[in-house]
Formats: sequence, C-alpha cells, structure tokens
Amino acid sequence: MSTTTAPPALSSGSSGRAGDKFFSGLTLAAGIVILAVLAFVAGFLVLESVPALFAPADQISAGTSFFTYVFPIMIGTLITAAIALLIATPIALGVALFISHLAPRNLAKPVGYVIDLLAAIPSVVYGAWGMLVLGPLMVPMYDWLHTYLGWIPLFGEPSTTGRTLMTASVVLAVMILPIITALSREIFVQTPKLHEEAALALGATRWEMIRMSVLPFARSGVVSAIMLGLGRALGETMAVTLVLSPGILTANLIGSGNQTIPSEIALNFPEAFGMRQNELIAAGLILFIITLLVNMVARFIVNRHKEFSGAN
Amino acid sequence: MAKRIDAVDLNVYYGKFLAVEGVNINIEPKSVTAFIGPSGCGKTTFLRTLNRMHEVLPGSHVKGNVLLDGDDIYAPGVDPVTIRSQVGMVFQRPNPFPTMSIRDNVLAGFKLNGKRMSKSDSDAVVEKSLRGANLWNEVKDRLEKPGSGLSGGQQQRLCIARTIAVEPAVILMDEPCSALDPISTLAVEDLINELKNQYTVVIVTHNMQQAARVSEKTAFFNIAGTGKPGKLIEYAETSTIFNNPSDQATEDYVSGRFG
Repeated sequence: MSTTTAPPALSSGSSGRAGDKFFSGLTLAAGIVILAVLAFVAGFLVLESVPALFAPADQISAGTSFFTYVFPIMIGTLITAAIALLIATPIALGVALFISHLAPRNLAKPVGYVIDLLAAIPSVVYGAWGMLVLGPLMVPMYDWLHTYLGWIPLFGEPSTTGRTLMTASVVLAVMILPIITALSREIFVQTPKLHEEAALALGATRWEMIRMSVLPFARSGVVSAIMLGLGRALGETMAVTLVLSPGILTANLIGSGNQTIPSEIALNFPEAFGMRQNELIAAGLILFIITLLVNMVARFIVNRHKEFSGAN
Repeated sequence: MAKRIDAVDLNVYYGKFLAVEGVNINIEPKSVTAFIGPSGCGKTTFLRTLNRMHEVLPGSHVKGNVLLDGDDIYAPGVDPVTIRSQVGMVFQRPNPFPTMSIRDNVLAGFKLNGKRMSKSDSDAVVEKSLRGANLWNEVKDRLEKPGSGLSGGQQQRLCIARTIAVEPAVILMDEPCSALDPISTLAVEDLINELKNQYTVVIVTHNMQQAARVSEKTAFFNIAGTGKPGKLIEYAETSTIFNNPSDQATEDYVSGRFG
C-alpha cells in the first residue's frame, strides 16, 4: 500500500463544500416553503372569494353587494386596531425604555419577565377577562364620557354591559403590549455604547442621550415592532368575539355595535354554507390585503431613511 | 476658556475593586498632556474620571478630588451633565451619530443646551467648528450627507469638531488615533497642536512617538500585576520622561523593554 499524497486538485474541491451545499439547499427549501404556503393561502382566498365578489345582489347577505357588506366590518377592524395601537405604543415604548435604560438592574429584570408573561396568556382568556371584568369596569368611565363629552359623536349612548368596541380595543392593547415592548427592548439594548457615550460626553442628560442615540438607532426596529403588534391587533379573533356585542357600524365607540372581520368570520363560519361561506372568505381576503398594505407602508417608512440608518 | 485640572489623592473603584490608586497630578491650562502606560494600567479609567464618564458603568465611584480651576467636580450637588459640557471627550473609535448629517453632528451638543438659534448663527458655528477641526474644506459641499459616510480619519475630526462646537474648557482624548491610518493620524496630531492654543488637552495614547510629538508633559502609569491597582509612576516634561526619566520602570517602558 504505497499511497502518494498528491496535492488536491483545485477544480475538484467538492468534499469541503458538501456542508455548504447542504446548508444552502436547506435554507432555499425553507424559503420556498414559506412562499408556497403564502401562495396556497392567497390562492385559496382568491378562488373561494370570486363567487361572492361577483354575486348578484339578492344572494348577498347585505342585500346589495359584497362591498356594502364588507365595508362596515372593515372599518370596524381598522378602528379597533388603530385605537389599540394608540394606547399600546406609548406605554410599550415607555416600558421598554424603562427596562433597557432607566430602571436599576434588579428592578428591570422582574418587570421584563412580567411583560413577557402577558404574551403567554391565551387570547381566549383575554376575551373572557375583557367580557367579565374589564367591560363592567369601563361602564362608569363610559357614562362619564357620555355626560361630559357626549357632544362628540364618538361618545354616544353608553353600553350598560361595557361590551363595546372601546373595551375590545383596550383588551387588544393589553395583548399587543408585550410584543411591542419585548421587541423594542431588544433593539434598545443593542444601541452601541459608543453612540450613547458620544451623547453623554457632549453633556446630554439621560433623556437627551436616549433621544440622540437610542431612538434614532432603534427607529426601524420599533416601526417593525409596532407593525407586528398591528398585525396581531388586526387579526385577533377570539378576544374581540368574546368582548364585543356586535352590531351595525356606528361612530359611537362606547355603545354596543360595530364588528371586526375576524370576529364576524368566527361567529358565522360554523353555520355558513354556499354563498355565505364564500362571502366570509372574501372578507378574509380583504383582511389579508389590509395587512399586506400595512406591512408595505411600514417597509416604505423604514427604507425612506436608509442612508441615515447607520447600517452603512 | 481653558481650565487647569488638579487631581488630589484620587482612587477609582469599580464596585469594590480598586482600579486606580492615589493619583496626584496638576495639568496646566492650554497645554497637551499625554498619558502613557501598558494596557490595563488605568490611564483610560483615570481619564474618564476627569469628566465623570466612568459613572456610565454602574458601581464605579471615586474617592479623592478632581478640581477644575479649583472647583471640585465631585462635590455634592454637582451635575455630571454640567461637567461634561465643560470637559469634552473624543473616543478611541470615531463615533459620529449615524442618523445625523455632518451639519447636525456638529450642532448636536449645541442643540442640547436648548438654544434656539438662527440659520446664520448655526451656519457660523458649523463652519467655525469644522475649520477648527481642519475638516471644513473636505466636507463643506456635503454638509447634509450622513456623517457615517466619511472616512475614519474624517469621522474622528468630525467628532473633534462636535466636541469643540460647545466650546469646552478641556478636551479629553482616549487613544484618538488608534483606529486611524498614519496620514489621518498626522492630520489629528496637527489638529491637537492647534487645539492647545485654546483648550487644555489630555490625551491617552499607546503610541510613544505620538506622545513625544504632541505633548508638553507626559504621565506614565503602570500596574504592579493583574488585580493590583494602576498607579501614576512618573509625571514630568515629555522630554524628561523620554530622555532622562527618574524611575526605572518608566525608562524600561519608554525604551521598549516591556509593555
């Protein structure tokens, strides 16, 4: 057995790259799976929606056209999600900053855990809590709002059970709070020490340091965090279904009425068949498109300042 | 305007660990003072106590006094924010704010003081500071571009411009050239030579030639061993430190026998 060890030919070199090839194949497959699933879902939604989209007026439950049916619940969905974001975003960013930059270390950890724990609660529990606890708690506030701000159409005749769009929004706000908080905190703590010290060395106070170095650094990440929260708020089904006593679209946020797309689908889908089923799936398609648009707008906002993102 | 610094029996602690022990030093206004010494000997730690930047690390504290023109910067009731606006700092790696334009970087410290100023006033500050940092000619046509697009040496001079824009009394530099190439280093050293006409400059450097080139006085720090506190071994005219040091450790270090 006399083996002469010849230097490996430069062109063969496949043995050393087997792992690389395997790994790139694996990641490619993962990417394809995501796209395929998305395509199948989109295809299903479109195919099943077409009958409802072009159905004659008398077959549609609203009696006129699909769009008069879907418009009120679309608006309801958007309003609920928007109010939830308005409530949750400032709190979430405040808490995230507190944990990452302001709190003493032995306080920051427990607060962080509690926030993470909020994310672990199932949505049906949130729904039950909103219906049985939060709703009745909100009733006095709704009465107060109606008495003193009743001239604003938003605060019309208040509900006696508290099962209103406003209550649903508050529940949603609590649900998306941990998402926005946890992601923002992760990004805030990644701010380079160098940039924080640059601000401090110029004589910045802690808040000025946060405004000068932490927030600009975290900007795009925070937008993504908010969009993820918005995505959950738009799609949340169970909590809204339990909290809201649905009805027609009304500007009154503190009375019963209004409905969201996911809740509408959940309430009606089990008994639906034929055209009614197509109608509900078409409503789902609308929700899909809204979420897609929201994400594209967020991307656009993030990309607009690419040159100044600090990534270069 | 430029102020003198006196440290009196200064000990620096990280928690319970004594990092720097018993520093006594008098730094003259309008001069360049270099701190040299092997890694870990506490020269950067000591530098950061001069504008209370060491307090960024939780648990770090000092015993003793640092006097800025006779006023103790560690006296109770003294706000570190005020100290830092008088004692500016330039860091080891250039750190312009990446999300700000060159112009906004220069004005960053200025805006902190909450001063509202007219466009012409701020233009004047930007030009004066950038000229002061020998950067004006290179960037005057792209003031609105991000500061992170400049070369490393230009970024470091931008950081110096940002520091001198707020007209501090003292400028601390923590190995300002260690991330720069020789040409950029030369540009920054030339700048240091000009800065001493207006400011008290204190520079930490690992480069002994640099210390010899830019400074009037040099302080040599050393450490007896791992876990022991760093100490100021010798502080004298730069020429004395390099040619005729009185301490054996200093001579060994500057002649390259260790470190």
